[in-house]
Amino acid sequence: MKISHDEVVKVAALARLNLSEEKIELFGVQFNDILDYIHTLNQVETNAVEPLYSPVTHSTVFRDDVVRKDYDRDALLANAPENDGQFFVVPRIVG
Amino acid sequence: MIEICTETLASIRRRLAAGELSAEEVVRACLERIDTLEPTVHAFITRMDEQALAQARGMDAAGRGPDVPRTHPLWGVPVAIKDVLSSKGVRTTCGSRMLADYVPCFDAVAVEKLKDAGAIILGKLNMDEFAMGSSTENSAFGPTRNPWNLDKVPGGSSGGSAAAVAAHMAFGALGTDTGGSIRQPASFCGLVGLKPTYGRVSRYGLVAYASSLDQIGPMCRTVEDAAILLKVIAGHDARDSTSVDAPVPDYPAMLAERFDLSGLTVGLPGEYWGEGVDAEVVTACREAITAAERLGAKCVPVSLPHTAHAVAAYYIVAMAEASSNLARFDGIRYGFRDGQARELIEMYRSTRSQGFGEEVQRRIMLGTFALSSGYYDAYYKKAAQVRRLVQQDFLRAFDQCDVIGGPVAPTTAFGLGEKIDDPLTMYLTDIFTNPLNLAGLPGLSLPVGLAKDSGLPVGLQIIGPNFSEGLILQVAYIMERNLPVLSMPAGVEQNRS
Repeated sequence: MKISHDEVVKVAALARLNLSEEKIELFGVQFNDILDYIHTLNQVETNAVEPLYSPVTHSTVFRDDVVRKDYDRDALLANAPENDGQFFVVPRIVG
Repeated sequence: MIEICTETLASIRRRLAAGELSAEEVVRACLERIDTLEPTVHAFITRMDEQALAQARGMDAAGRGPDVPRTHPLWGVPVAIKDVLSSKGVRTTCGSRMLADYVPCFDAVAVEKLKDAGAIILGKLNMDEFAMGSSTENSAFGPTRNPWNLDKVPGGSSGGSAAAVAAHMAFGALGTDTGGSIRQPASFCGLVGLKPTYGRVSRYGLVAYASSLDQIGPMCRTVEDAAILLKVIAGHDARDSTSVDAPVPDYPAMLAERFDLSGLTVGLPGEYWGEGVDAEVVTACREAITAAERLGAKCVPVSLPHTAHAVAAYYIVAMAEASSNLARFDGIRYGFRDGQARELIEMYRSTRSQGFGEEVQRRIMLGTFALSSGYYDAYYKKAAQVRRLVQQDFLRAFDQCDVIGGPVAPTTAFGLGEKIDDPLTMYLTDIFTNPLNLAGLPGLSLPVGLAKDSGLPVGLQIIGPNFSEGLILQVAYIMERNLPVLSMPAGVEQNRS
């Protein structure tokens, strides 16, 4: 299976990236190399194998529903590229 | 002042605790050393000279500064931390343009624990952007050089941590290890680097790359130093639901409980000692194994049959998790934003394209592809199934042995620029470190000497079952005292002040 130019463009849109034509070409070639290598996984028989998604056994951790205030608004807004002192400011979404 | 810097963390903390040295003297010695070497090595992204000196003075003036008694395990000891760990009030860049001006309003738990133990933080260390890389060349702040040979990489992604400690700028550092990022740079720079069991150290405040693989650990010049740091940072934390609620052993005290390796069985996986490993690396590691046998260890062959497929499974898992984790960088709440973009989606896209470097974009793209509709089963699920097989290989091997030994990496440090244009070749350097992250196991890189052709350090990887850090450290401690002692790194020796 080869990844086409159009597929690289489609994935870039899903990943919210803008790629130059040059970068699309480069990534296309590199992805095919890397995926050829990844496809060696198909040599491994895994039909009856349960996937392992995390090395620890997760259990749901419950805690009391207590209201806490860890940080104040100013501290959380301080790193925002744009804020109005109360909220994050984003580009207009609805026309 | 160099005399102070060449001491071990264990020895400097004893002298500080005894009042033989002031915290300010020790911090000044480190800052002088950093002034001398930083222009050539470039280990730091952000130096914290003023804060470090102020903290030291405060601690020296009993009763006036932060109230940390001298009995605390790291009282006055200067250390440094990889710039992926959040530090309150000090910018945390992750080696990325995206976070060049990001100043967290909280400390990572591991950082908080260092501070509570009395450590003085000298600064934030260079790294591959978002910990994605094996050479520290993917930093938006320029590469770090290997103190043993300035034309070589220090390894990665914790290359700044490795270089700073190897060059005696700090007594120890924290790194993070997602696929080898503590162990491989430790190996390349002649350090002891320990990736703890997944869940041993809280990841709260560690900027996530691949959450099911990431783990924080110590990078030091001796095994005892690593044991001291691990004891400080380990333990359960309610803010990280994957941190395991298990007691933290007294690792430094455990070192004194064993005198030789009698009764210990070391498994040697054929897959780690065969083709594809440089002869000089095999030779150095073999000599260390021979030393272990002289000390009473019994060596047996074991097999980890899925080793050849671990890198492929690892990169799918890592890239898939990365694509999801890095979706948070949207130019809204923190980090870089392209202020020119007028429309929301375009703002996301142009912000992320300018904020992320090429390797990060490559991994986000591949991860997005692997998780995209129609491909999920073929890539992510398949990789997770192979991950299970890799874990089972280790579990079976540990039926026959107590620890596993093999090289950390197939080569010694490679040249700057040598592999940077060929991502797949770079990924394949992780073949012996990736499997542990997939399985969650702890592993330590122990310097076993200099390779005979390159003259560069070689690391032996000691791997143990989950939560066997105490045993791994004991084995490493006994071997360390029977292996060649490394000299001052050759690349910076001429800069001795």
